[in-house]
Amino acid sequence: MNMPIVDVVKGSGVPVRGNDIDTDRIIPARFLKCVTFEGLGENAFADDIKGLELQGKVHPFQNPVYRKGTILVSNQNFGCGSSREHAPQALKRWGIRAIIAESYSEIFFGNCVALGIPCYKVSHAVADKILAWIEANPSGELSTSTSAKTLKMGGESIELTLADSPRGQFLDGSWHARAALMANAVKVDSIAAKLPYMQFLK
Amino acid sequence: MGKNLYQKVFESHTVAKLASGQSQLFIGLHLCHEVTSPQAFAMLREEGIKVKFPERTFATVDHIIPTTLPDRSRPLKDAISEEMFLHIEKNTRDFGVRFFGPDTGEQGVIHIVGPEEGVTQPGMTIACGDSHTATHGAFGAIAFGIGTSQVADVLATQTLAMSPLKTRRILFTGKLKPGVYSKDVSLAYIAKLGVNGGVGYAYEFAGPVVDAMDMEGRMTLCNMAIEGGARVGYCNPDQKTFDFLKGKPFAPKADRWNEAVAYWKSVASDPDAKFDDEIIIDCDHLEPMVTWGITPAQALQINENMPKISKFEGSEQKVIAEAYEYMGWQEGGKMLGTPIDIAFVGSCTNGRLSDLQEAAKIIKGHKVADSVKMWVVPGSMKIKIEAEALGLDKIFKEAGAEWREAGCSLCLAMNPDKLKGREVSASSSNRNFKGRQGSPTGRTILMSPAMVVAAAIEGKVTDVRKYVKE
Repeated sequence: MNMPIVDVVKGSGVPVRGNDIDTDRIIPARFLKCVTFEGLGENAFADDIKGLELQGKVHPFQNPVYRKGTILVSNQNFGCGSSREHAPQALKRWGIRAIIAESYSEIFFGNCVALGIPCYKVSHAVADKILAWIEANPSGELSTSTSAKTLKMGGESIELTLADSPRGQFLDGSWHARAALMANAVKVDSIAAKLPYMQFLK
Repeated sequence: MGKNLYQKVFESHTVAKLASGQSQLFIGLHLCHEVTSPQAFAMLREEGIKVKFPERTFATVDHIIPTTLPDRSRPLKDAISEEMFLHIEKNTRDFGVRFFGPDTGEQGVIHIVGPEEGVTQPGMTIACGDSHTATHGAFGAIAFGIGTSQVADVLATQTLAMSPLKTRRILFTGKLKPGVYSKDVSLAYIAKLGVNGGVGYAYEFAGPVVDAMDMEGRMTLCNMAIEGGARVGYCNPDQKTFDFLKGKPFAPKADRWNEAVAYWKSVASDPDAKFDDEIIIDCDHLEPMVTWGITPAQALQINENMPKISKFEGSEQKVIAEAYEYMGWQEGGKMLGTPIDIAFVGSCTNGRLSDLQEAAKIIKGHKVADSVKMWVVPGSMKIKIEAEALGLDKIFKEAGAEWREAGCSLCLAMNPDKLKGREVSASSSNRNFKGRQGSPTGRTILMSPAMVVAAAIEGKVTDVRKYVKE
């Protein structure tokens, strides 16, 4: 069972500035009290939103000008900390379809692949340039392409980095790994039979 | 050319090369808790798939469970927590998975339960929908956290699609001084390498400091790997590893023991193993560590001053300024002497018996300061019983601390244990992120359990070494 191809994502941007934005901030732990992922979107960045509100500032996820955004842009080590898939689930349910940042935590990146959300990398200078452009053009249309590895921004084409493996998965619809894994059930049994500890844990 | 443990285990567990270029990796042990698994079981139900190896998944309830006896009576007062509890019970029952619930007497924090049941063993691949899964690397396993979609992959296929990581050996040289613990070593390497220094790497922890550590200390060290960005952290198995496992409920029995030890020895890194990177950290002069900011890398030795914002480069300045703004400290000041409100000993990082023993040794004969509330939360029901047999509960209670039931408690506050408002917590847990301990404005200072106790006695951050008898 292959999934739809993930290639071009169009839409406006959401500038979430900062390094090390962890998954507790993307979705605070109290919202993990759930047995489905539904409804998580409305609580994305709940505490950051509240914290900025107290200072008389507006978080981009609260700011109406970015509400229709589909491409989130951030800085270093985005999605670090807890492995909670609730974080990319919340972003996806809020409306995010692609992410551009300087770097990511591995678990977050993998969770995004499993949800069909491409996470592109850019340099610090480029991230800042994109963030500034979005802040100046909140409703300006952006377009990312997995096949071309580019971002189209105001007539300009910016190169994006995405490793071959996830890129291939997005482009052939195999980003949902389970079907490929299930196809090898016989090989799984033969590897299991060779592992000595399968006999120990009884 | 020799191979390291990561390479050996990854190789022997590789089922196939996938079209994506990733490897399909067999998972020897899958651990489950109530927060990240309900959606995965729901995916299986929707698709009509069974659990492929139900005997290789073990589950418990830890994140949402309250830590006082009255609050643990069912149904739980919090309706959503009760629903999650019912889900893990039903899912494990329907799919034939062993569940260590409170009525078995074996409930606890999943990363503490695995080793104490002996299901965690060297030379395994271990996955769990929880980033602190690297804890199990202390036994010489490749253990890592996964998301919920991957939990469903493991349940359905006992495999995951993975790309191999690079390996970095961190050699800890020297000898820890009294009052300096594995937690301090952890905070020291994270402060040195940064919160994202380990992204793309599996860390091998080695050297005389690791050799001298007990298994509990090694678990703390590996537990914190993810806080430095490394999804995997491990130590090579040795006699201490084997001694720890011997006699545990799921450890190999006598007829299989020698065979098991031979396998476990075989997975250790070869003497001439190659690593993609190697770092040496000398621990001879290491002092107790505390965090001052909002990431575990924002840590310093207890007598050091907090950094000046101007010392950092461009974009780093914003990160440091943000930490000061949130914590409300004066830049360049000392953490020493900072008043605390809550003292927390517990979590998958430091909720094991030896942590409680060390904490009890220090608090004995002292009182928790009037301004401080102290919670001691054993990591498992078994640890609670062992600690009580040693009389540790009485020592804590006499000092004015609360002796609680097993669970994740204040580490991430998905249960009734939470900070209020701007409270400051001296915490033996693993994350000082904004809002981590349940109050969106609450503040967390990470440190060893011994340092937490010292802070509780004085009501402020202090140097535990004055309480440590050599």
